[in-house]
Amino acid sequence: MSVTSPRVAVLAGGLSHERDVSLRSGRRVAEALRGVGVEVTVHDVDADLVPALTQLRPDLVWPLLHGASGEDGSVRDVVRLLGIPMLGTDPRASRVAWSKPISKTVVARAGIATPDFVTFPQTLFHELGAGPVLELLDARLGLPLVVKPSRGGSALGVSLVTTHDYLPRAMVDCFSYSDTALVERAVEGVEVGVSVVDTGDGPIALPAVEIVTDGPYDYDARYNPGRTEYFAPARLSAGLARRAGEVAVAAHRALGLERISRTDLIVDPAGEVWFLEVNSSPGMTETSLLPQAAEAAGHNLGELYRSLVRASLAA
Amino acid sequence: MTEQQPPVRVTSGHPTSTAAAGTRLDPWLDSYADRTHAMRASEIRALFAVANRPEVVSLAGGMPFLEGLPLDDLAELAARTIATRGLTAMQYGSGQGDETLREQILDVMRLEGIDAHPDDVVVTTGSQQALDLVTRIFVDPGDVVVAEAPSYVGALGVFRAYEAEVVHVPIDADGLVPELLDDTLTALARAGRRVKLLYTVPNFHNPAGVSISLERRPRILEIAARHGVLVLEDNPYGLLGFDREPLPAMRSMSDDGVIYLGSFSKTFAPGYRVGWAVAPHAVREKLVLASESAILCPSNASQLAISTYLQTCDWRGQIKAYREQYRERRDAMVDALAEHLPDASWTVPDGGFYTWVRLPEGLDAKDMLPRAVTARVAYVPGTAFYFDGQGADHMRLSFCFPTPERIREGVRRLAGVVRAERELVELFGTSSGTSRDTMHAPGPDLA
Repeated sequence: MSVTSPRVAVLAGGLSHERDVSLRSGRRVAEALRGVGVEVTVHDVDADLVPALTQLRPDLVWPLLHGASGEDGSVRDVVRLLGIPMLGTDPRASRVAWSKPISKTVVARAGIATPDFVTFPQTLFHELGAGPVLELLDARLGLPLVVKPSRGGSALGVSLVTTHDYLPRAMVDCFSYSDTALVERAVEGVEVGVSVVDTGDGPIALPAVEIVTDGPYDYDARYNPGRTEYFAPARLSAGLARRAGEVAVAAHRALGLERISRTDLIVDPAGEVWFLEVNSSPGMTETSLLPQAAEAAGHNLGELYRSLVRASLAA
Repeated sequence: MTEQQPPVRVTSGHPTSTAAAGTRLDPWLDSYADRTHAMRASEIRALFAVANRPEVVSLAGGMPFLEGLPLDDLAELAARTIATRGLTAMQYGSGQGDETLREQILDVMRLEGIDAHPDDVVVTTGSQQALDLVTRIFVDPGDVVVAEAPSYVGALGVFRAYEAEVVHVPIDADGLVPELLDDTLTALARAGRRVKLLYTVPNFHNPAGVSISLERRPRILEIAARHGVLVLEDNPYGLLGFDREPLPAMRSMSDDGVIYLGSFSKTFAPGYRVGWAVAPHAVREKLVLASESAILCPSNASQLAISTYLQTCDWRGQIKAYREQYRERRDAMVDALAEHLPDASWTVPDGGFYTWVRLPEGLDAKDMLPRAVTARVAYVPGTAFYFDGQGADHMRLSFCFPTPERIREGVRRLAGVVRAERELVELFGTSSGTSRDTMHAPGPDLA
């Protein structure tokens, strides 16, 4: 094994709904690493993966998978069984972070504010009937609400519900992607993504990136340049910017994340910072937030990624 | 993410300490032509990235099954062509296309009754390009193109790119309905709209599978002529009928009212990218100019490959082999649908690649796609084939590429998806309405 010229195997693709995003993340990271002289191979998650990794014995595996099996820890578990070091969060913590309801519960216990919510599997509606439960949602949580798959990314299956009539439709859309729905109070405010990286001295928050979209921050807004305006750093006061960073690092620690993460937050008009969700395998595409944050902090992406690789190997 | 009205985004009341300007990550955002504004990445398109994986039974693609081609013979032909005519194959050629090939194309078209002159033929890089060039020379922004309901997704993409509006006319088991065409054109004329083209896929329609009956063809031509509308006849599948001889092409019934588009993609192979247009004299002149400005000339290497193939190999026999192959797959598809999806309804094509399936009441093919991907089966939602958001209650299933076993497996998986979706829709009492936004082209291998 060589710390000075490590051989890195990037995993990208897989069979989730976010395969396309993952392929782009993987490609971009591989390019950046190669640009600073790191030897990189890129592998899809398919029947060739285990034989390829067994034969290649890379120094480090960097999974850049989004969506189930990639982000829920299962592929990481396989790599762990292969005995190859991995960049990022361990499989068990990945699994916790992948579940929005569980990660919200964990961070709430650590004193971080997160919007009130319920978690409903589809089976619950079969048992209790849709009508009564949806009425309760309206009455107890109130509108506007956000309905999202309890496990998922890229805003797939996510709806902002502002009228009661739309709620059934939002549930159907959500259940197309996952068998469990998270329904939470919608918080108005400045939407920011705060990326956290640990190059060996503990987790540090990069500058918050503010997201302003015309319309919802849906799949098109995320991956098609033009619909969304990004402010890196976010247009927050110094105090609020610091607070957002603290919340992201606190979430990263509370969930036992390692090396790299991105926390999505809303800063409301009263200055309260609300945790929405955390991503242990954040997007690294041309329009993703972490690369923008890194560049706002003055980092060269390739060098930053190489530092992450080295820190993983030294750990 | 969907919503009813845009959320209010309130920026923090605290003063900003960093006054960095926002970025939209694209420095050329303000430079794009108006015609690109419809271009969007949709999550549907991204889902198709999964469809290409071998674990997924894709009933979505329009790729022909090529394993029956005589590759050794073709390799030998290719070697011989380069050895004997390499300097021609490698060089620029005529903007209108290789003359020998144009003559050979006449032999191919004769099988569908077309009688033309080699000078009427313009060879293009796939008939897709011919479609693009015809639209380029005829359609101004705001013009109307009339098309079947549904219509070929690749054509809709071209019409959008030239900022046309597409008006759909219903079809039935015998294809485009002449009376409804007449009504539509009359209504458009009354509303002062300029209709430039009637776009039709008359044989083994993509996606609907049906063909325009013999009886209707001259009637449609008469109606179009009466309204001063040029007919664009797009015919890649005409020779791929399973049990009958080809019907006479519309071009065979009208010299100057029809532009005919032909292709070798399905009767031989798509990889060479060779198609053609047959157009009335004056139109053809403009097409050649347009083609030259787009590509200078079609590929000599590809044209010579096709030309030597037509000269040397049993191309008619190959078409016959394709017909058998696709018939077997059609049978597997139809049998599987009857067994696993009795509550749906579907067209039974007697040629071509596709069946057009109507979902049970209340289901939305576009909404159902993520669940299908999870279940490892893919199809193209019906919304792709309409300009105006219709089609959510249909899906196109193609049987051209997978083996009969895989087709059966795919339909079996699809039945599970439909069942689960139905449960969900019944639970919440929602019904499929018009899709929220139009679907954009999934990509070339799915068209």
